[in-house]
Amino acid sequence: MNGFDYHRPESLEAAVAARRAAADGAYLAGGMTLIPTLKQGLAEPSDLIDLGAIRGLAGIGLEADRLTIGAMTRHADVAASAEVQRAIPALAYLASEIGDAQVRNRGTLGGSLANSDPAADYPAAVIGLGASILTDRRTIAADDYFKGLFETALEPGELIRAVAFAVPRRAAYRKFRHPASRYAVAGVFVADTGDGFRVGVTGAGPCAFRWTALETALAGKPDAAAAGAAPLDSRRFNADLHASAEYRANLVRVMAARALADLAG
Amino acid sequence: MSEQGIGKRVTRREDLRFITGKGRYTDDINLPGQAYAVFLRSPYPRARIRAIDAAAAAKAPGVVGVFTGKDLAADGIGHLPCGWLVKSKDGSDMKVPPRPPLAIETVNFVGEPYALVVAETLGQARAAAALVETDFEELEPVVALAEATAGPQIHPEIEANRCYDWELGDQAAVEAAFAKAPHVTRLEFANNRLIPNAIEPRAAVAAYNRPTEEFTLYTTSQNPHLERLILAAFVNLAPEHKLRVISPDVGGGFGSKIFVYPEETAAAWAARRTNRPVKWTADRSEAFLSDAHGRDHLTTAELALDEAGTFLALRVRTRANLGAYLSTFASSVPTYLYGTLLAGQYRTPAIHVEVEGVFTNTAPVDAYRGAGRPEATYVVERIVETAARELGIDPAELRRRNFIRPDQFPYETPVALVYDTGDYEASLAKALKQADYAGFPARRRESEARGKRRGIGLSCYIEACGLAPSQLAIQLGAGVGLYESGEVRVNPTGSVTVFTGSHSHGQGHETTFAQIVSEKLGVPFEQVEVVHGDTGRLEFGLGTYGSRSVAVGGSALIKASDKIIAKGKRIAAHMLEAAPDEVDFEDGVFAVRQTNKSLTFGEVAFAAYVPANFPEDLEPGLSEKSFYDPKNFTFPAGSHIAEVEVDPQTGVVDLVRFVAVDDFGEVINPMIVEGQVHGGIAQGVGQALLEHGVYDADGQLVTGSFMDYCLPRADDLPSFEVDTTVTPCTHNPLGVKGCGEAGAIGAPAAVMNAVTDALGVKDLAMPASPERVWRALQAA
Repeated sequence: MNGFDYHRPESLEAAVAARRAAADGAYLAGGMTLIPTLKQGLAEPSDLIDLGAIRGLAGIGLEADRLTIGAMTRHADVAASAEVQRAIPALAYLASEIGDAQVRNRGTLGGSLANSDPAADYPAAVIGLGASILTDRRTIAADDYFKGLFETALEPGELIRAVAFAVPRRAAYRKFRHPASRYAVAGVFVADTGDGFRVGVTGAGPCAFRWTALETALAGKPDAAAAGAAPLDSRRFNADLHASAEYRANLVRVMAARALADLAG
Repeated sequence: MSEQGIGKRVTRREDLRFITGKGRYTDDINLPGQAYAVFLRSPYPRARIRAIDAAAAAKAPGVVGVFTGKDLAADGIGHLPCGWLVKSKDGSDMKVPPRPPLAIETVNFVGEPYALVVAETLGQARAAAALVETDFEELEPVVALAEATAGPQIHPEIEANRCYDWELGDQAAVEAAFAKAPHVTRLEFANNRLIPNAIEPRAAVAAYNRPTEEFTLYTTSQNPHLERLILAAFVNLAPEHKLRVISPDVGGGFGSKIFVYPEETAAAWAARRTNRPVKWTADRSEAFLSDAHGRDHLTTAELALDEAGTFLALRVRTRANLGAYLSTFASSVPTYLYGTLLAGQYRTPAIHVEVEGVFTNTAPVDAYRGAGRPEATYVVERIVETAARELGIDPAELRRRNFIRPDQFPYETPVALVYDTGDYEASLAKALKQADYAGFPARRRESEARGKRRGIGLSCYIEACGLAPSQLAIQLGAGVGLYESGEVRVNPTGSVTVFTGSHSHGQGHETTFAQIVSEKLGVPFEQVEVVHGDTGRLEFGLGTYGSRSVAVGGSALIKASDKIIAKGKRIAAHMLEAAPDEVDFEDGVFAVRQTNKSLTFGEVAFAAYVPANFPEDLEPGLSEKSFYDPKNFTFPAGSHIAEVEVDPQTGVVDLVRFVAVDDFGEVINPMIVEGQVHGGIAQGVGQALLEHGVYDADGQLVTGSFMDYCLPRADDLPSFEVDTTVTPCTHNPLGVKGCGEAGAIGAPAAVMNAVTDALGVKDLAMPASPERVWRALQAA
């Protein structure tokens, strides 16, 4: 690990200012990706801006049909939250399946979304629920947020404050865990929004995406069989030692079918 | 005897320090004035080193020195040897490539060390290492095992990258049997490369005392005396009497810490060169790249049978990947520890095996838990199971028809071993009952009703442990004898300090060996201390591998204890005014036969050190040594049964049940034995379902971290059901056979037999990953 200047601002404004002032700054949320990357010398930021001391960045609020989760909220807190379990139990379940206990106790919602790992779990829910990403300067719709492999709509230095989820009528998440890393090889989040179904897919492509063809095929009913037949373009799917693109496409269909079956059940 | 003698479930005395963080591992040792070493490693699988520019690194803050292979060579440091000479069919010696501890002219695998930086702090050493500029000329690597002999020549003096072309068995008899066999079953498969991953990475802390010219090397070794022998006799690091090697607590080895490695050697040398204690501790990435890997075979096996399923002959051809260099015992693993086990538990009358050992531009491959025997068991048990399916004979029945029967022992196999004892049908029967084999069809129907596939698989393994009769081992090419030493030192107050040349790195010897001596001498368990892992405290030792510790090391302690008892009888006889042959010893009491005269063990011990009026021929003191050289290998054997349920939609294999019934002979501590079996099964299941060391076509290790290399976790495994049968070993005083590797040996074939049974396919490559299983079902 190389040397860097460490900052621990207590306000959002101070954090953004510190980042702007840095030659090559990086925000530190839970550090579940950044710290190993630093240790291996794969990232060498000039400044590390720790978001841990900023008040108001962590926490869960439920108002009417809107669940808002602060960017620094840990996965374990989302999983254990009575509000989340009541409003969107599939989201609490998703959080409980991330990584392992150590990761869930450190990793954060905002950190996961800002990093946009192709195999992270949260992006499936953000897409599936049509969430809004609230940043220090604007609101970004889920459908506009994920741009590519580790690429998002965030501008340099833009900081996620919170994520707002519209509470769906019902939702379900199914994930095929990577046997070693336990990331999602394929994860599918299905939500019945009251205004049709939304299907968010993670793990399979360079970033999370909406499977609109399945949404259309469902035609308002959680029909598991539709997941086997709906068109699915897997040409840009990830392929690695553990799963070819073809196999990932199969997993997306199977996980989608199981999530839909969960909804129907 | 007490509640803590032989056969009792004594809790492990070492665990208190391990689970409370009080273990003392090599990296816990810090010496005054210590500096830190960091190695520069090849980023290429094969390259010529044109130039190393260390000028900037040498001037970096805190740097004590930057050294290359040339510096070691200039200082007379020799090459790392291979300790077992294997001869090819034509009688020629195996080809041994030179292996300097730090590469000098060429690097031959990704991660091979070629220079080291020593600095005041680890951070400074790392920072300086990044400043070393190395000019490499990349060369075309040899990566794929199947094409290794056709690739570019890795070592200039070794044609076709072939180390040896070895054979065992009667080829003519095998050919004759195949020529008239009514049925032949044939399989081609790979035995996947594994990366050991002991929880503690390798480490070394070395110090050199210039005035006395004495080295002290703390290191993660399974056999510190062998490390000292090699560093003294072959590497010329220091004369043996000036070199002390200490293996303190060691966090697992699985074979990977048997070997003498470049890093420990170079770090020790650097301590002398810099006149500073030097510490090196591998990080996990280094461990993945540079610990000796395991397995990696390509095999074709054919079994000839008659209509009744009687085995007529077995023919096996294997190409074994040795990696880029010959690690310490690499040559023996795919030959003498593999070919000799191909009879399995069966009366197969003719066996012929050919093994071609080849070099590739990958990390060296050497012994890993089981070492050759898992590979042999995989061959035998996969082909037996396949033959049963082809002939429509129940796999358990086919095995029974061919088992060596209890009345046939000692049994000489066609591949050079003489099994002393066993009862294979007893183990199988017990395992079948435990696994409810008869109830399997109903369970399969129940799974199928839920849309799942279900399979069951057997594996009746045998292994040769208790390495080894020195005479035989040396005859077969071993560079060392394979006896073990033991010393029993009775202190004046009657407590006992036991010294063993075996080494415990997780096996629980401090408990087991104390149980043995406590039982033998009638001394309370608490009063027996076990010392191991230090060439400065023990006379000699050959360490722990091949499930040898109790069978060989424990037997040495029995022999030493016998001498203690004999001496004690003489002392007691003197004190009780009787003849030594009138004195009996039982339960810690020396008593004159047919009298009421007796002395306790403690009284005799005290008298030994306060010798009142001893006759001239009776020396004071009560301390005895023994070297035990086994008369034969021991032959643990057993039956493992795996049951799996497969999700056809995803290809996920759920191991729902695993039964192991093992015959380890007599058992010293059943709890520890069960723990050893559990760990071994976990590793065997890991090989079958999860683990795979993979180099890509460019020679880069793509499974270089736990993100890609999948070790089994607790939730990947069912609760194992383990039990034993007992046929005592006939040739060692404890009747023990060894238990450390059985799980890793038996499990892979059991699991893969179950998976292929579930899928209805003849074969599937290990590991049976979800995608492989899914594809097999798509193709079926």
